[in-house]
Amino acid sequence: MIHYNKFTLANGLRVIVHEDHTTPMAVLNVLYDVGARDENPEQTGFAHLFEHLMFGGSVNIPEYDEPLQMAGGENNAYTTSDLTNYYITLPAENIETAFWLESDRMLSLAFSEKSLDVQRKVVCEEFKEHYINKPYGDIWHKMRTLAYKTHPYRWMTIGKELSHIEDAKLEDVKAFFFKYYRPVNAILSVGGNVTTEQVKALAEKWFGDIPSGEKYNRNLPQEPEQSEPHVLEIKSNVPLDALYKCYHMQARSDKRYYAADLISDILGGGGASRLHQVLVKEKKLFSNIECYHFGSLDAGLLTIEGKLVKGVKMKDAEKAIQVELEKLKAEIIPERELQKVKNRVESLLAFEDMSLLNRANNLAFYELLGDAEMMNKEFSNYENVTAEDLHREAQVLFDDKNSNTIYYYAEN
Amino acid sequence: MNRSIPPAIKDAVEFDISLKPYEKFTLDNGIPVYVVKSNEQDTLQLEMVFPAGTWYENQSMQAQATNFLMKTGTSKHTALEINESIEYYGAYLNRNTYHENATYTLHCLTKHTDVLLPVMQEVILDPVFPEEELNIYKQNQKQKLAVNLQKCDFVANRFIDQYLFGEFHPYGRVSSMMGYDALQREILEGFYKKHYTYNNCKIFVAGNLPDNMIELLNKYFGSSKWNGESKIQRLDLPIQPAEEKKFRIFNDENGVQGAVRIARPFPNRYHPDFPKMLVLNTIFGGYFGSRLMSNIREEKGYTYGIYSQLYNFRQVSALNIQTEAGRDVCEATIAEVYKEMEQLQNVPIPQEELDLVRNYMIGSILGDLDGAFQIIQRWKNLILNDLDENYFYNNINIIKTITAEELQHVAKQYMSPADFYELVVI
Repeated sequence: MIHYNKFTLANGLRVIVHEDHTTPMAVLNVLYDVGARDENPEQTGFAHLFEHLMFGGSVNIPEYDEPLQMAGGENNAYTTSDLTNYYITLPAENIETAFWLESDRMLSLAFSEKSLDVQRKVVCEEFKEHYINKPYGDIWHKMRTLAYKTHPYRWMTIGKELSHIEDAKLEDVKAFFFKYYRPVNAILSVGGNVTTEQVKALAEKWFGDIPSGEKYNRNLPQEPEQSEPHVLEIKSNVPLDALYKCYHMQARSDKRYYAADLISDILGGGGASRLHQVLVKEKKLFSNIECYHFGSLDAGLLTIEGKLVKGVKMKDAEKAIQVELEKLKAEIIPERELQKVKNRVESLLAFEDMSLLNRANNLAFYELLGDAEMMNKEFSNYENVTAEDLHREAQVLFDDKNSNTIYYYAEN
Repeated sequence: MNRSIPPAIKDAVEFDISLKPYEKFTLDNGIPVYVVKSNEQDTLQLEMVFPAGTWYENQSMQAQATNFLMKTGTSKHTALEINESIEYYGAYLNRNTYHENATYTLHCLTKHTDVLLPVMQEVILDPVFPEEELNIYKQNQKQKLAVNLQKCDFVANRFIDQYLFGEFHPYGRVSSMMGYDALQREILEGFYKKHYTYNNCKIFVAGNLPDNMIELLNKYFGSSKWNGESKIQRLDLPIQPAEEKKFRIFNDENGVQGAVRIARPFPNRYHPDFPKMLVLNTIFGGYFGSRLMSNIREEKGYTYGIYSQLYNFRQVSALNIQTEAGRDVCEATIAEVYKEMEQLQNVPIPQEELDLVRNYMIGSILGDLDGAFQIIQRWKNLILNDLDENYFYNNINIIKTITAEELQHVAKQYMSPADFYELVVI
């Protein structure tokens, strides 16, 4: 049970306070309700590039990092398809420094041409490091294009292509900021050795006078139901053949999401999971195989990926996966196995909650989903899933029409 | 309100950092158990440490394969049964091999401790190293290696350690297809019997413990002289650094980035210059605001990130600067790294920058000591290196008091570009 208090400032900024007096530290987390899915298709990668620019100085503070480090603090940020999140950890005595820094960059950035110029290059190197200069690095670019024809999940957070980042202009940066980075589109979560009264006063003092901004009402084109299997073959300079299969699953806020999540655990969670046991250990078709999803807010992809043992034929490897998926469709899973994946969720949530940063971060995330209180109800959402729910969900998920397959062949 | 004036802060030097003490117990057979309790969560971490690292290998990959395969079959249970009995409770039994030690670590909800300890006992005391599992392991590790060998950063990490320590030294030895092929059951079994014995075991526990924890540990690990007594001698081995200093390697003709490594050997943690270098290294390339990051990422945009690190190896350490930079700016990156070294040698660090780094480092240690799992980690590093809390407090004192002159002196001694190995792998 995570305790917290919640209030909203007059400008619409939602504030969550999680008191924990067992730590000397504090965390300040600002979540902005904007991600790569909100980008213009001609200017992809913008939300993430923008995250970099948030460290290039704000209207009253030329350097973001230095004063924070001087206060003994550390910070970082990440951008996903769904959201952008910034967080600071520092000794609780110095929490006001975090308020000062975060509020000034919510007020306005410095918008320096130099910062844009450098960060364009930095992001291009990030793009190369993770997606070009690595074996199989292009897989998600290819898979997203294959699986999504309409929804903006069809491009990666880093961007569709390098040129979109290279062409970013300062006026676009400004427009993006004043559209999305407003109090009314943000959630502030503060945790650690602080009191609610103290956070109220500090939030009023530093964030209270920032103009509210206009609420961004998201209206994204949703992906229509897939009507036929999508298949792509790639030949590339990699050492091993690999197989990727993605199935459209439900959105994060849908009740059925929990069944799909448990299915991914049954198939790929741990050394005793079905795919690992049968395909790696018994049949020796794959040298590794995983099943996972990204927990996307809009309808996401349940993914199975594996590298084939040298000499194994792609069709045989795929068939063996199909056999396991058919089993889930044909037979109700044993009670013990269902209990196992629920136990795994219980344990995972307990270990996640150990970190103050995770707690602050998750409170903001659940508030974005609709209500911070959902964090405390999350486990019961899993507990309520029945074997019949899984059976039903497996039929929908693993319908061949719902599948996206990439055969990734090693050249030579 | 004037937003350009920062709020007052409490300076790091004023923070009173204390390392919460551990409790020590001794099992009936003499195994030491170090404990840091906390009752705020319902979770527990139990780590068993053995002197079974790569240091002690007679043949490459022996230590890692032994450690890995212990969990793949006992005289009573198959790998699947072992995994199932751990994963059913949402627990994790992870294993790791390092240069000196090898470990088995259990993470679980406190309420499941008593059903998981017997499983852990079997894995530690009764592994049988099934031939079939060894074959799967060899095949899959070789496949993984084939993929990794296409990555410039992976290849660069292997080469730079070979230049620093020599390819036959445990710190420079690398995995190979031949090494995996040469592994045999008997080799693993022999290594296991010699290194995973009761008298070589240390246990570290943290978190929320069941009331009868020590009783449970005695029952499963303390009641016999399992695997007999075995004396492990650890002698330093001479390093054989490469004679050439500069290397350029093409691993992928079409690569769009190069992995840059610039490194030199450095005295180990017992040397008085080591804690001083920890501070200098932070300024140089050890945090986001470092000189390397400010210049090469934030000013020039040559890379997504550049760091320098001080190895924590026991016999001898090294200072290693690493980055992946655009293919056409690798040489420019190297030139800038040397410029920053020379700057540290020639110009004293400004007081403001030194104060900032002191505060940053102390704040970061304060954060690192947050929670029982983190505290036991600190203690483990001290205990396994035959150190105590005085070492920890001495390092903190150095962070708080070292002067710009002392740091410049350290830079002059250890940051001459000519002393560094230099490698680019494209």
